[in-house]
Amino acid sequence: MSENVYDSLAETHEDGQWAFGTGFEDVQEEITAPVPDGVDAADLAQYCLMLGDDALICAQRLSEWVANAPELEEEVALANTALDLLGQARVLLARAAHLGAGADEDALAFQRAESEFRNVALAEIGDDLDFARAIARLLLFSTWRLALLEQLVTSRDPVLAAVAGKGVKEVAYHRDHAAQWTVRLGDGTDVSHTRMQAALDAAWPYVDELFRTSEVEARLPGVAADPAETRGAVDAVLDQVLAAATLTRPSRPGAGTIGGRGGRQGVHTEALGHVLAEMQSLARQHPGAAW
Amino acid sequence: MVSARSVAAAVVDPEMPMLTLDDLGVLRDVRAAGDAVTVTITPTYSGCPALEAIRDDLRAALTEAGYRSVEVRTALSPPWSTDWISDAGRAKLAEHGIAPPGRIGPRAAGPIPLTLGRPPARVACPRCGSTATEELSRFGPTACTALHRCTACREPFEHVKEI
Repeated sequence: MSENVYDSLAETHEDGQWAFGTGFEDVQEEITAPVPDGVDAADLAQYCLMLGDDALICAQRLSEWVANAPELEEEVALANTALDLLGQARVLLARAAHLGAGADEDALAFQRAESEFRNVALAEIGDDLDFARAIARLLLFSTWRLALLEQLVTSRDPVLAAVAGKGVKEVAYHRDHAAQWTVRLGDGTDVSHTRMQAALDAAWPYVDELFRTSEVEARLPGVAADPAETRGAVDAVLDQVLAAATLTRPSRPGAGTIGGRGGRQGVHTEALGHVLAEMQSLARQHPGAAW
Repeated sequence: MVSARSVAAAVVDPEMPMLTLDDLGVLRDVRAAGDAVTVTITPTYSGCPALEAIRDDLRAALTEAGYRSVEVRTALSPPWSTDWISDAGRAKLAEHGIAPPGRIGPRAAGPIPLTLGRPPARVACPRCGSTATEELSRFGPTACTALHRCTACREPFEHVKEI
């Protein structure tokens, strides 16, 4: 019988690593921290999924640029940004799993269905490898996420506080990167200006959702960040960037909800299914495979 | 047996092997009880891919030193800062052509300001010492570096960016 190189995927070794992860056997100190007094563990798990899924799905979208970016430096930049977000997602999903939302972070990432994801639509929308659209999405996402993380630094939950304390530095860098590109393209040539404005217009309908407080967030005062309270900070930063970029603040209406439900309740745009198909298909075809 | 702390401290960073974990400031805690040891490290960046290699290297070094049970834990809080890179570490980075990070100190209260322009502080070229340098790319070959160029000696170099 001829040897099939893929056979090794199905073998198990004592020191084997799961083919789709990195062997994830480390003990992350914070994850097992007790649930703060008066907090419902299921709510906290859902909240970790929200922030974790935002980061995971946005990272997946960013990593589509690997081998597609306009220049090598930018490819490295987008991949590094994705990696930071993936690191944040991992801790948050591990915490959610520890609180009972799933077996572990891999199961949550690779085995959940679309309607079980809790990310906002902005994280999942595609960019058709249009660089301006990738930058517009990153600008809006990182400006908002930074505002959330800045609130979460003082969360009563030690895991959220730890992720936020680490994440603010990373996401501030992502935001600056996206903002600098927005200015460069917006205040660039006629073509780059037009395309940057169009990119911003295309992403704008997904901004409203960012500031909508979900039932879960409302039940976690002092633990979760209230997204409604980030609006002022986000607007101030966007005004600064758009002015420098000679871009116009879009006036397109928000995408709205389906019966009051959006990403935080598991109602997604068509885009998420495509993201998950790419992200999950291999892991689902070879469950538990090690090498 | 050599102290677990000194064994762990001497393990080098896989991406910047001129630095030990001690130089880098990622070694949080080492506790040995008999031949069992628990090491706590902190990642430089949330998704730092070198963490897995560091964990394996710690395990190998401590096993080699005679510790039979080695547990490596990671802790995010307090978050790592480049201010934790030791003076010896900074000197070694410069010797190897990598511009060390400047000191940033504790972050000021209030919202993190947006940086739209080029960074004001000029990074000194680790080869010729000139401060006539420019940033080429905000993201370098590893998560913690950016790419710069010296306009005096014309050489490109990496800079460990302040975080």
